[in-house]
Amino acid sequence: MPVHSPDTAEIDRIIAAHVHLEGPMLPILHALQAAFGHIPEASVTRIAEALNLGRAEVHGVISFYHDFRKAPAGARTLRICRAEACQAQGGAALEAAAQRLTGLGWGETSGDGRVTLEPVYCLGLCACGPAVQLDGTLHGRVDAARLDALLAEGAA
Amino acid sequence: MRLRLRLPADAAAKALGAEAVAAAVLREAAARGIEVELTRTGTRGMIWLEPLLEVETPEGRKGFGPLLPGEVAALFDVGFGDHPKALGLVEEIPWFAKQTRLTFARCGRIDPLSLVEYGADGGLAGLRRALGMTGEEIVAEVTESGLRGRGGAGFPTGIKWDTVRKAGGPRKYIVCNADEGDSGTFADRMLMEGDPFSLIEGMAIAGLGTGAETGFVYLRSEYPDAIAVMTRAVEIARGAGILGGDVLGSGRAFDMEIRVGAGAYVCGEETSLLNSLEGRRGVVRAKPPLPALEGAFGRPTVVNNVISLATVPVIFERGAAHYRDFGLGRSRGTIPLQIAGNVARGGLFETAFGMPLGEIVEEIGGGTRSGRPVKAVQVGGPLGAYFGPDRFDTPFGYEEFDGQGGLIGHAGLVVFDDSADMGQLARFAMEFCAVESCGKCTPCRIGAVRGVETIDRIRAGDAAAIPLLEDLCETMRDGSLCALGGFTPYPVLSALRLAPEDFAPEREAAE
Ligand SMILES: Cc1cc2nc3c(=O)[nH]c(=O)nc-3n(C[C@H](O)[C@H](O)[C@H](O)COP(=O)(O)O)c2cc1C
Ligand code: SF4
Ligand code: FES
Repeated sequence: MPVHSPDTAEIDRIIAAHVHLEGPMLPILHALQAAFGHIPEASVTRIAEALNLGRAEVHGVISFYHDFRKAPAGARTLRICRAEACQAQGGAALEAAAQRLTGLGWGETSGDGRVTLEPVYCLGLCACGPAVQLDGTLHGRVDAARLDALLAEGAA
Repeated sequence: MRLRLRLPADAAAKALGAEAVAAAVLREAAARGIEVELTRTGTRGMIWLEPLLEVETPEGRKGFGPLLPGEVAALFDVGFGDHPKALGLVEEIPWFAKQTRLTFARCGRIDPLSLVEYGADGGLAGLRRALGMTGEEIVAEVTESGLRGRGGAGFPTGIKWDTVRKAGGPRKYIVCNADEGDSGTFADRMLMEGDPFSLIEGMAIAGLGTGAETGFVYLRSEYPDAIAVMTRAVEIARGAGILGGDVLGSGRAFDMEIRVGAGAYVCGEETSLLNSLEGRRGVVRAKPPLPALEGAFGRPTVVNNVISLATVPVIFERGAAHYRDFGLGRSRGTIPLQIAGNVARGGLFETAFGMPLGEIVEEIGGGTRSGRPVKAVQVGGPLGAYFGPDRFDTPFGYEEFDGQGGLIGHAGLVVFDDSADMGQLARFAMEFCAVESCGKCTPCRIGAVRGVETIDRIRAGDAAAIPLLEDLCETMRDGSLCALGGFTPYPVLSALRLAPEDFAPEREAAE
């Protein structure tokens, strides 16, 4: 995910590009996160002004949704499906392997900023689980060895 | 001679290596100087055979799968004939041939973004017919068909549309619920990736029937492939005059946008979805007012699931009676079953309502992938009950599952073998409810947290806490505004009924 330092002019440009939509809030937040890798704190005031809302309301919306980050994720993002269909196919062992291989708990980013580990509740790959998403790419029938290999591939 | 090949670009096929197979096919063809046309399609739904490569022959399309990239060279060596992964004619594979594919008739057959292939396979016939009908006639056709909502609640689609049709006001909306958060479900994803125009066509018919000129698809962010295909399909449909100010030259207007969710399960609940679409926190709204009267932006709104809407075109193409003649009792037509979890032959199987659960799991699904006995099947997502083999004779239908203390939900089935720990699964259900609760009502917000604690107490050996759990479930069921808090007791209590021994501390000692 691209990470730039927040630039107010760019924030305003992104807001302006979506403000004409009916219900522009989520499209604006997604676009900001795509540009900055997170929702920069500086954008809260700008959104509040553009949409004629209070800052608290904008904060409330951002914090409600699991997707929106307050800080950028690591260089790599590993998402492991923890939902039932993957549990039925050995998901618990994969969850443990993911924590062991990354040395991270759920929602944590490594100190060197290399990896973020996140839970996800279903990727729609329930007939070929356990499922993971690594840097946006989906993988099915993943076991610990396969996960290890996937992490090694991208790190090279 | 030009070789015509087809390979799914569906997310599940890709997750199982379809891109590497595609690359191997193109590499081999180039090395051998063979001209190939490789069309990417949706999936046929036989996920256990993915990646499934198809070759066009004079007899029909022949399949090879599940294919590894390293097996592609040998396939060229034998001229796409005799090969260990040869499956014969794809549409004659028994798993496929046994289905009644109405909603998914085109999925896996056509190039999802080709209007030419869409039209050649029945596409737009329904919309053309609807353009010759009044709004009242359109709604009557849907009511006639017996179609009920496939998102979970099973509400008759025609009745919902009629409320919106009769509502006054200058602006109305068609909102497609593509939030598909239930574990074990992927029908919406498959349809949007494999036959996106059918959803667009269904929404356009809904617009004509109710007088709405604007549509939104609220699509979960966990589905990047579906988002890409739907976005492109809307642009293509607009370019071709299917969407816009003059739908197929009729003078009628309908256009739509794709909106991406943000990772909240509760936003699949229709009123939470509407709040989210409007840019608010996805908190559930009290009903009334019904969304049909005061929905998106306070206007009359149809909220329907992807499958409900994508089934509308075939109802108009073949007629309401054709659709209604399939099914059982008050469950009319077909249902795309999603067979998932620990199962030998998992995937999407569309069939008329009425097939017994045991037949779905054992005969269609082939039992567990691990080869061990089935312990439980969770039907209908995270809010659905666990069914043991003792209830395998339950026919797949809304009332039939309701009568057994369950629900069919979005028709996902998650199979577990005998290694499943039902106590752990019950705990997970409470934990999931606690994490995803919108926070509006106490029995859900606080109750789910108490539920996790109470199950931990029981599993630590405090059997006296079992009645507490049962009381808590009753409070959640009776005191919750929506089905997240209200139905979480289904998986919890059914797990307890099915395997009380899994709630005892001995289990942990034995491990
Ligand atoms: C917690 C919760 C989550 C839901 N998630 C979905 C969903 O992901 N997709 C869906 O179509 N319906 C979902 N529903 C059902 C919707 O509220 C609503 O009934 C449905 O979208 C109506 O469309 P239909 O009549 O076509 O089924 C959910 C309901 C609840 C209570
Ligand atoms: S039951 Fe839970 S999710 Fe539903 S409205 Fe109440 S608090 Fe929100
Ligand atoms: S439950 Fe893991 S992908 Fe659906």
